[in-house]
Amino acid sequence: MNGIGLEHILFISTALFFIGVYGFLTRKNMITMLMAIELILNSININFLAFNKYLYADKLDGLFFTIFIIAIAAAEASVAIAIIIHLYRSLKSIDVDDADLMKF
Amino acid sequence: MTNLTILIIVPLLTAIAVLFCRSSAQVKWTSFIGSIIQLGLASSLMYAYISERAMGNTAQMLFQQRYSWYSALNIEYYIGVDGISIAMIMLTAFVVSAGILISWSIQTQVKEFFFLLLLLSVGAYGFFISLDLFTMFFFLEVAVIPKYLLIGIWGSGKKEYSAMKLALMLMGGSVFVLIGLLATYFSTDLGNGIHTWDLMKISQIHIPLQTQLFIFPFLFVGFGVFTALFPFHTWVPDGHSSAPTAASMFLAGISMKLGGYGALRVAMYLMPEAAEQYSWIIVLLATIAIIYGSFATLMQKDLKYMNAYSSVSHCGFILLGIGMLTKTAIVGAVMQMVSHGVMTALFFGAIGMIYERTHTRQISELGGLLKTLPFIGTVYVITGLCSLGLPGLSGFVAEMTVFVGSWQRPDAFHRIATILAAASIVVTAVYILRAAGKSVMGPIVNEHFLHLKDASWNEKVASVLLIAAILAIGIAPFWLYNLIAPDAQIIMENIARAGLGR
Amino acid sequence: MLNSNCIALIPLLPIISFLIIGLAGRRYFPKFSGILGTLSLLTAFILSAIVAFQYFFEVGKVDGVYQKIVAMKYVWLHLLPNVSIDMGILLDPISVMMIVIVTFISLMVHIYSIGYMHGEPRYATYYAFLSLFTFSMLGLVLSTNIFQIYIFWELVGVSSFLLIGFYYEKPSAVAASKKAFIVTRFADLGFLIGILVLSYYSETLDFQTLIARLTTEGPYLSSIAGASFIGASALTWGLVLVFAGGAGKSAMFPFHIWLPDAMEGPTPVSALIHAATMVVAGVYLVARLFPIFSHSCPQALDVVAYIGIFSSLLAAVIACTQTDIKRVLAYSTMSQIGFMMFALGVSGYGGEEGLGFMASMFHLFTHSIFKALLFLGAGAVIHYVHSNEMKDMGGLRKLMPITHITFLLACLAIAGIPPFAGFFSKEEILLACWNSNKIIFGAAVLTAGLTAFYMFRLYFSIFWSKEFKSHNNNHDDGHHGEAPATMLLPLIILAGLSVVAGFVPFSQLVTSDGAGFATEFHIGFALGPILIAVSAIILAWFMYSKESLVPQKVADSLKGFYTAAYRKFYFDEIYLFVTKKIVFNLIGRPAAWVDKNIFDGFMNLLASVTVALSEAIKSFQSGKTQEYAIYFFAGTLGFVLLFIYLWT
Repeated sequence: MNGIGLEHILFISTALFFIGVYGFLTRKNMITMLMAIELILNSININFLAFNKYLYADKLDGLFFTIFIIAIAAAEASVAIAIIIHLYRSLKSIDVDDADLMKF
Repeated sequence: MTNLTILIIVPLLTAIAVLFCRSSAQVKWTSFIGSIIQLGLASSLMYAYISERAMGNTAQMLFQQRYSWYSALNIEYYIGVDGISIAMIMLTAFVVSAGILISWSIQTQVKEFFFLLLLLSVGAYGFFISLDLFTMFFFLEVAVIPKYLLIGIWGSGKKEYSAMKLALMLMGGSVFVLIGLLATYFSTDLGNGIHTWDLMKISQIHIPLQTQLFIFPFLFVGFGVFTALFPFHTWVPDGHSSAPTAASMFLAGISMKLGGYGALRVAMYLMPEAAEQYSWIIVLLATIAIIYGSFATLMQKDLKYMNAYSSVSHCGFILLGIGMLTKTAIVGAVMQMVSHGVMTALFFGAIGMIYERTHTRQISELGGLLKTLPFIGTVYVITGLCSLGLPGLSGFVAEMTVFVGSWQRPDAFHRIATILAAASIVVTAVYILRAAGKSVMGPIVNEHFLHLKDASWNEKVASVLLIAAILAIGIAPFWLYNLIAPDAQIIMENIARAGLGR
Repeated sequence: MLNSNCIALIPLLPIISFLIIGLAGRRYFPKFSGILGTLSLLTAFILSAIVAFQYFFEVGKVDGVYQKIVAMKYVWLHLLPNVSIDMGILLDPISVMMIVIVTFISLMVHIYSIGYMHGEPRYATYYAFLSLFTFSMLGLVLSTNIFQIYIFWELVGVSSFLLIGFYYEKPSAVAASKKAFIVTRFADLGFLIGILVLSYYSETLDFQTLIARLTTEGPYLSSIAGASFIGASALTWGLVLVFAGGAGKSAMFPFHIWLPDAMEGPTPVSALIHAATMVVAGVYLVARLFPIFSHSCPQALDVVAYIGIFSSLLAAVIACTQTDIKRVLAYSTMSQIGFMMFALGVSGYGGEEGLGFMASMFHLFTHSIFKALLFLGAGAVIHYVHSNEMKDMGGLRKLMPITHITFLLACLAIAGIPPFAGFFSKEEILLACWNSNKIIFGAAVLTAGLTAFYMFRLYFSIFWSKEFKSHNNNHDDGHHGEAPATMLLPLIILAGLSVVAGFVPFSQLVTSDGAGFATEFHIGFALGPILIAVSAIILAWFMYSKESLVPQKVADSLKGFYTAAYRKFYFDEIYLFVTKKIVFNLIGRPAAWVDKNIFDGFMNLLASVTVALSEAIKSFQSGKTQEYAIYFFAGTLGFVLLFIYLWT
């Protein structure tokens, strides 16, 4: 495992993050967008773990945060899916561009 | 009655009780009873105050109460009264009672209407008894926001526009006040970086002149907007004209006095040196407001617009008295606040009664009402005479006190301002008599007017209540004068202590 | 001796009856109101007669001088440490004389009105207003304080307003009442500023202190005489401004325009207010402050004299051309008040020097009697004829014999024919003028001649001239046209007094300094004015006793001047031009316009700018989630870059 340093892991997490952002900005399907958000969150989880392991190996704060984020992500996913279901019921669509009622 | 908090609690409880009423009759009676209790409380407060003073209590503020409200920012619920506040509280009690009686014929959303009206009175009472600047500001806002709804929902004419204009301009004024108050707060260092909102304490602190010069315009303009300081008076005509009768009464009778009271109590009292420096601007603006308001009134065709513009002119006397910085003029300004409050409330009441019956407020469409509506016509004439300063009615006393006080400034600028202000009473006579001559007197112009019903009992009681107040001030002004004068003296002494008084 | 409660009752009785009649009279006892008002006035009159008797004869002179007695004084408003407005009662010869005149004339008018206003729907209101007026007038004459007089001055003005506008359904009455109030209000502004000037320097509002401080050399007098403004001292300004107030109430030039129109009110009101009592308030005011005028400021007194004589002559000329009998009387009132004014203006102070003052007060006294009589007589005529115009009258002497005789006596009195009342007072005035100012004397004699002429023009036109033809069938029922007894009784009483009032020894009672002096009667001096008056009467007889074309010819030959006089020298038009064209159009309208468009416009502009701004940026708020996300990420990225590279 000597060859793998902090930079490698950060590279992966950054790639993951931007894939998530790209997905979030380009996909019109709300479920896919939700998945993109999960990618973003997970990229951050990786970040936390990496920093914890490489910089503060004697502490567990990064680990805790990761667990915390996973919990939040779960809650967020359920709320988001609830919203999506409601939007589907009223709009008969899960295309994010159809849900533009909240404008000026 | 020495517990001042009751003065806020009673109208608040009445307002809440109104929400639980089932029928509109219940609502009206509840509010009426509540307002009568207010009137009783205010009277007994005045009695308690006078007897306390008679017993030789020379504290500046009586019946003080002080509770910490939000200690992190040193905000306290700190209340107390002096003669000036007592006069304003009496004014509020009279106008609110009359306003509730006049509104008897409100048909739509009765509950909400009376609730908001009572909420306004909470704000007014709270404002007049507060000695903590923040509490004062809090109550000032309470007395502003319900007006938006009152005008927007129950108003007439272009009511949405007027409601928005009034709310925005008064809010704009409040912003100035808030900036001024915050600046005052942070310029009071009691040591260790502790600041205070306490009016009494601040008055003892000498705020540096430069700071005063910065703060004073904010406070004065902010409060001035409320009391139709030229050129921030334009909310007055539209706001008053669109408002329902009781709201107009409240607006002109009490709300405009909040500004005058604030300008006197906060701006003048706390910033005496700045007041001295800026007094010529105040006098100038007030004189312009008086003259210009009265000439603008000449051209109005709608009774309510006429009275609204005349309020601009009359409130100019308040600012003139304040700006003149002599004790007599300040007493005159306070008397003018009370007098104009009662008088204009009655005026709007009378106009409301006429409008309700004839469905027009255009002077050209009215005529001969004295014939079919003798009571309302007489009320209209009496209040008109009060407005043009007939001796024996309240307007005369207040205006004359302002004039005599202003005349004590011997330089040409103040003399000319006084003469111009005095000249406005002639213009006042012209527009009042023109309106009265056309609408109340003269031949009946519309056959429909022949079948009008004169005032009902509640309207009669409301009118008599206000007329009694007008007469009480007009015939025996000394009690009001004696009530106010010692406190005006204190304000003057504060100016004198700044080394500038006369 | 003098009981102050008793004196206080004199003004209080009318105000009490005002309250009772005003609040309850109309609903509960409309018919009885007249009697109630009359009774209370009768009591007030008896009380004032008693007070006058006690003052003049029982208290009498102390050291040869009638003292000023302050019977009562309460502080009403304590304005400055040493200045307060008091309410009180001041008795001195002129105020005692005035309360007798006011209560007496008012009583006569009350009695007369019972008949005259009979059947009027607002009968009770009428009596309430009359009582209010009487109260205000009594308060005015009894004032101890210059501000008190101002207060009652305004109250008198408003009662006059209410009574002129009594027939409020007539637009002309409303217009006249407005005009009277506004014109006098304008003059009162001068009065108010005059009070402020005087009180500022003398540091008092009390009459006696004021007079004492401004007539004796001292710091007060030197400060007020030393302060100057546009070429005149503050004292002159103060007094002239106070006189302006007096000129307004007394209908002196240039404030005279309201008086003729005031005749729109009921005729008894004209008799009481616009002939006998209220209009002399200006004279009373000048008399009240006379020591200051005389001692300290002769320039102001000259103003009084010249305004007085000019108004007097102007009014006399106009009176010769008017055809409305009440307007003729109104102008004659103005002319006679001019007499009183310039008599004060030419007077000196003390002893025989003060002849003009005495004469002025004397004329005020006699004039109020015969002018009230003239108005009440005219009222009886109008009551019968139902018209104010001379052309509708004529030949009434047979139909109204008692009115005719009383009217004739009043005309003789005002024309200055001995031994009637007006002769004596007018003689004293002319003598005072002769002693001090020959120009005024000449104008005064001319005016006196004109007075005799127009009064007898009036008399002949009403009672002689053509035969009376009634336009109203009601009168052709065999009765002669005499008014009811309640109307005749005051006429007869007043006519009797017009004959004897001239014999009151005024120079012993009412003088400038309170001490009496003896007047001599110069038969040689009196002869000239009498001859002029008699020849004027003969001229009037020649022109108007029968229907003839002579008056028309005279009018034609003086065409331009006649028309100008008939049109009252266009003063109304000038005032209308100033108010309508200048004040309304050049000040009022622009003020309203500026308010609507500039100040309100500015506020609306602020609002529109805000709206426009939000319109411009609202497209950011597109509702597209992903656009928001782009802004969000871009913002975050921006902050990240900012913190990494720019924040050090």
